Amino acid sequence: MVFKDAALTPEEMPKTTPVPDPYGGRLPTGVSWEPLGVPGQPASAARGTGLEVERHIVEEEGLSADPLAEDLMVVNIGPSHPAMHGTFRLKCWLDGETIVKAIPEIGYLHRCFEKMAELHPWQEIFPYTDRLNYMSSFLNNVGYAMAVEKLLGIEIPKRAQRIRVILGELSRIMDHFVCVGTNLVDLGALTNFWYLFRGREEIYSLMEHVSGARMMVAYGRIGGLMRDVHAGFEEEVRALLATLPRYIDDVDGLITNNRIFIDRSRGVHPISGPDAIDWGWTGPCLRAAGVPYDVRKAHPYYDYDQFDWQVPIGTTGDVYDRYLVRMEEMRQSLSIVRQALDDLPDGPVNVDDWTIAPPPKDAVYNTIEGMVAHFKLTFEGVQVPAGEVYSYTEGGNGELGFYIVSEGAGQPYRIHCRAPCFAIYQNIGQSLEGCMLSDIVAIIGSLNVIAGELDR
Amino acid sequence: MAEFVLENLRRRFGDALERVSDDRGDLTVWVDRGRVHELLEHCKRDPELDFCFCMDVTAVDYLSLGGNPRFAVVYHLYSLATGKRVRVKTGVPEDDPVVDSAVDVWKSTDWFEREVYDMFGIRFEGHPNMKRILCHRDFQGHALRKDYPADLRWKLLRPDDLLDEISPEEMQRVRARVSHPISE
Amino acid sequence: MGLKEGGETSRPVGDTKAPESVFTTTLDKMVRWARAGSLWPLPFGTACCAIEFMSVVSSHYDLARFGAEVVRFSPRQSDMMIVAGTVVDKQAPILKLIYEQMCSPKWVISMGVCASSGGFYRAYHVMQGIDEIVPVDVYVPGCPPTPEGLIYAIMKLQEKIERGDPSHYQVVLEREAAAARGRELARV
Repeated sequence: MVFKDAALTPEEMPKTTPVPDPYGGRLPTGVSWEPLGVPGQPASAARGTGLEVERHIVEEEGLSADPLAEDLMVVNIGPSHPAMHGTFRLKCWLDGETIVKAIPEIGYLHRCFEKMAELHPWQEIFPYTDRLNYMSSFLNNVGYAMAVEKLLGIEIPKRAQRIRVILGELSRIMDHFVCVGTNLVDLGALTNFWYLFRGREEIYSLMEHVSGARMMVAYGRIGGLMRDVHAGFEEEVRALLATLPRYIDDVDGLITNNRIFIDRSRGVHPISGPDAIDWGWTGPCLRAAGVPYDVRKAHPYYDYDQFDWQVPIGTTGDVYDRYLVRMEEMRQSLSIVRQALDDLPDGPVNVDDWTIAPPPKDAVYNTIEGMVAHFKLTFEGVQVPAGEVYSYTEGGNGELGFYIVSEGAGQPYRIHCRAPCFAIYQNIGQSLEGCMLSDIVAIIGSLNVIAGELDR
Repeated sequence: MAEFVLENLRRRFGDALERVSDDRGDLTVWVDRGRVHELLEHCKRDPELDFCFCMDVTAVDYLSLGGNPRFAVVYHLYSLATGKRVRVKTGVPEDDPVVDSAVDVWKSTDWFEREVYDMFGIRFEGHPNMKRILCHRDFQGHALRKDYPADLRWKLLRPDDLLDEISPEEMQRVRARVSHPISE
Repeated sequence: MGLKEGGETSRPVGDTKAPESVFTTTLDKMVRWARAGSLWPLPFGTACCAIEFMSVVSSHYDLARFGAEVVRFSPRQSDMMIVAGTVVDKQAPILKLIYEQMCSPKWVISMGVCASSGGFYRAYHVMQGIDEIVPVDVYVPGCPPTPEGLIYAIMKLQEKIERGDPSHYQVVLEREAAAARGRELARV
């Protein structure tokens, strides 16, 4: 039974105030919700129209019901909106087309990652991390695995490091593909969306070969990787390196000197470097503002300081600069992938410690030590020593930090994910004042706000 | 590893630093709740320290570990100039979960503090908009506390109208800025 | 379809070739065929599944072949809502509002395990399946489902429409009407 009885009298209608007993009654799943309607009237009157509901919302707002009265126009953008950018809400008061006040609201994808992480063993949290920044899922795996490895105090084999770099940079390229593509499609440049998604499909094919899944790869593990890459990995990556630049060049040729795009993005939402730092911005948005902070250069890990690559910096921090920074970052990432691939050593992809990385299957089936190690890992989880650590990597949007508190058990005590989008989206309410309504889609697209990361 | 940071803080706040640890490359400084705002401001303004980034504000509930005080609010600071990081922790008791807000020091602590309030119930004195940010407005309880069950849900019937985030005076000021006169 | 070679397009009245270019059917079947072949989706995309949905409408998998190219973000203009991604309790009233604004006939595809049953988020803020508040016609498992999975779901929905099965919305409405009638009788 999905809908409750519509023919309830107003007295029978359930009250909307929640019961003041937080830990008493539980909300059973499968409960039916009454259709939205005007409180006090049978809900059947409202079914199928939505008009009564809208009128009631207007009255709640205190806005005049007289259609000729002058007041500020209230436009509620989101959380379900045509811009391809995730579930957040922006309530704007408009004077004509100019925004005079904007209030953001988030939490529409709060999937309780941190609570879920407290309930699972360390290695079972990888799928949850995948879904944080779901555009570049492998980068989240790497960030989390690095944090746990820092707590354990181990270093993963060179081959695993290189593969993490290769797949991480390809994930970063995927993230930027979507960011630029959806930013442009929101402005009306649909062709670029098709082009960039085609490039994304090619990286998906590689990811599917390597890990079995297109998007949510869950390929990282504590101590290394899920398994070694397949036999044709190198050729496939080289083929990717040959085809991906074409997509970037196509979009570059169409957009970078495009009059319409420049008009829509130059000077839109500029931000100064010190301001961006004060707001906690990191990543391409901060670099577009002129601050040369990239975790890979400032605090190198996995030999990023030995590869020959540069960090693109913008000047004004407006939408156009962010686009340029992302385009150039994609090219730099391709260069890093090429260098890492040229220097891919042989060897194991997991640490040689069966209390951290599971033993190979023939050892599990044929030796007692292997079987016991596998059993302990599966049932008790990796025993991470007590302590706390904050580990940070360069995610698709900036500094992706994991603050992990361990009590020495097989499950984490507390995991906090420092999401780069959370800091970036904070000042949207204040900085949108004075912008035009149509600038909002350009701005939100260029900030690359991903709801999975924003809300965790 | 960041000795000059520790020395600087010891010189200024020696008595208020409850404990200090340098574990796995992370410098952690526990400070008394009453002086945490002063210490954070010093971290930002002092030219030798220059912690321009407040990367993260979060909290930990030590209930299962029998911790006293129960909560700890954790600040992660980063200095772009020196490249050093420090973790500032302050203990917050359960019966008086209030800490001074650091919004006037770094603007980035705005939403992080709202999230700590939402998840743990720790209020930040002086925050302009101390309201839930991730969970919906009819949510009761604080989800990341150790005694909150993981699957206890609350029903939301209507979306938030967000009018409580803008005061009537501010609405007047906003209306006054508009280009055409608005009739009352 | 009955044209002779050489491209003859005009026929005299009473032509014996007429039966090859005429077919009879019921109005119902025609309407169902038209509805199934032109399902305009409303992508209620929230999370990762929305990205897979974007892949499905992109050039490689191309949803346009199934008549569902016209992705309309307005509920007034669409007839199939694809809920792609996790719906959390905060989003629930909005999902309900959007669903109620759609015009009949309307169908719902619940894409991904999060929309179907909450996925692996058995948590304090995640709705354990959108069928708590909207009637669902097709559930698509997967996290995220592959584009082939979503296309299969749309094909299944098309088969359901062409078979003449009522949408789950109509099933629920009838059930409620029956319950209301039952209560009326009980009151009497």
